[in-house]
Amino acid sequence: MAESPTARLLLRLGSGLTLAFIYVPLFVIAIYAFNENISQTWPIDQYTTKWFRIAWEDDEVRSALLLSLKAGLGATAIALVLGLLASLAVARYDFFGKETISFLVILPIALPGIITGLALQATILNVLSPLGISFSIWTIIIGHATFCIVVVYNNAVARLRRVAGSLEEASADLGAGSWQTFRYVTFPQMRTALLAGGLLAFALSFDEVIVTIFTSGAQQTLPIWMLTNFGRPRELPIVNVVALFVILVSIIPVWIAQRLTREATAVGGTAAAAAGARQ
Amino acid sequence: MRRLSSFLHRHPYGRLVGLLAAPVGWLVVIYLGSLALLLMAAFWDTETFTNDVVRNWNLDNFRQILEQDVYRDVALRTIAMAALVTLADAILAFPIAYYMARVARPRTREILVVAILTPLWASYLVKAFAWNAMLLDDGFISWFLGPLGLGPPGDKVGLWLTFTYFWLPFMILPIYTGLERIPSSLLEASGDLGARSLRTFWKVTLPLAFPAVVAGSIFTFSLTLGDFILPTLIANQQFMGTVIYNDRSANLPVAAAFAMVPIVVMTVYLVLARRLGAFRAL
Repeated sequence: MAESPTARLLLRLGSGLTLAFIYVPLFVIAIYAFNENISQTWPIDQYTTKWFRIAWEDDEVRSALLLSLKAGLGATAIALVLGLLASLAVARYDFFGKETISFLVILPIALPGIITGLALQATILNVLSPLGISFSIWTIIIGHATFCIVVVYNNAVARLRRVAGSLEEASADLGAGSWQTFRYVTFPQMRTALLAGGLLAFALSFDEVIVTIFTSGAQQTLPIWMLTNFGRPRELPIVNVVALFVILVSIIPVWIAQRLTREATAVGGTAAAAAGARQ
Repeated sequence: MRRLSSFLHRHPYGRLVGLLAAPVGWLVVIYLGSLALLLMAAFWDTETFTNDVVRNWNLDNFRQILEQDVYRDVALRTIAMAALVTLADAILAFPIAYYMARVARPRTREILVVAILTPLWASYLVKAFAWNAMLLDDGFISWFLGPLGLGPPGDKVGLWLTFTYFWLPFMILPIYTGLERIPSSLLEASGDLGARSLRTFWKVTLPLAFPAVVAGSIFTFSLTLGDFILPTLIANQQFMGTVIYNDRSANLPVAAAFAMVPIVVMTVYLVLARRLGAFRAL
């Protein structure tokens, strides 16, 4: 089926406009990081790199970055373990309620972030606080891990569906125990998928703001620091520098993950679901 | 270790329980437990002076939400915004999705898919800041529109543009997948039977791609309903998300009750979308 030359031209034009619409704001914010002036008027009249040094030397930014890194690593570790376990169960066994597991894993990301956040906050205030557990890095990690499980799970399930279970059966026939089979047969085949899932989970956690607002109490992760300081004109240039940094930290792992898996749908499908978590 | 390993080998059911215990336990206890608590809180009261939650079961919160005009206006405004955003996204997404699915060469297509996916992962907050800066009276958009004789957009139009921008990739991807699945033979048959390309588009392509549009609209609709940061940053106007967010510290039960509105709206939407075949298009 061939579209007419005019139709092709119009489609190209429409696509180009949509792409421009998608990318212009990202470039604008990247350029603002080099803005000498404190006010955000456009066009920018003078450029500088001084804000990068000032941001790097800012103690608040440093401690927020450290908290974000710690929370991201903690959430990723939990999500890797839980996502891997769930994927092995769903991909290698038949059991009643299998569909429910996928639904359960996706739910924290499918519901609006404000619902997830509010629900977790209600639990922290009404159940955990009376038990002596109040807002800490652990409440942030618990919240992030809950919606990060899905990215590990989706990548792992996609990989397990692709590699046949017959290798594992052969391993068992040759006398290997469950652990040996996992250690020497299943795990090596899943390694890149798990790495990709872990990178995506980290990117998701590093950048998350909505659920964090509800689970962090008075602590500041990098996105929370940005949100707090965005309204302060003197801090705005530093916020712009941090913004550029955060874009890079969240995009680079995704590109690596995409190269690692090549199961484009796994990354793509989850990306769609995952970004939803930010609401 | 060895004994455990051989026990597990002999008991597949034990293996399954071992695998599922931790992830299912985590999600049920922490997540479903929290959701259940939120649902229960919607039926509780708050102490007038201390703002403490009192576990006194009643339906007052729901009555308040149904009877007070503020809540109804906010809900309607949010739903109208969600509908307008969905419409704009569908119109913007269709040409590029069509180009990717039916015109572009495989290599270009691959690049475009990555180009559309990447901004999804670029920090939500950073994109919000970008739009806030661009919508300033002396920002990028007025600079761009000025020569065309247009002034800066108002609060509502600005927020509409911003929402449209944020959820656009969620609309492009399902439409692209949907269009790619339409067999070329159907379109050729339509041409062979004498239909011009525009007629083929209206009578064959569009109806077949419609479930995919509905699939994309699930995201654009639901994401607009729950958002509370963009309305605050861009428009300074009350939407469902902002009301829930602002009410939560003073009156958690009312916030929880109002949070049921987006959940109910989305449930109805999902049921309708399922009837239209959108789930198969996801």
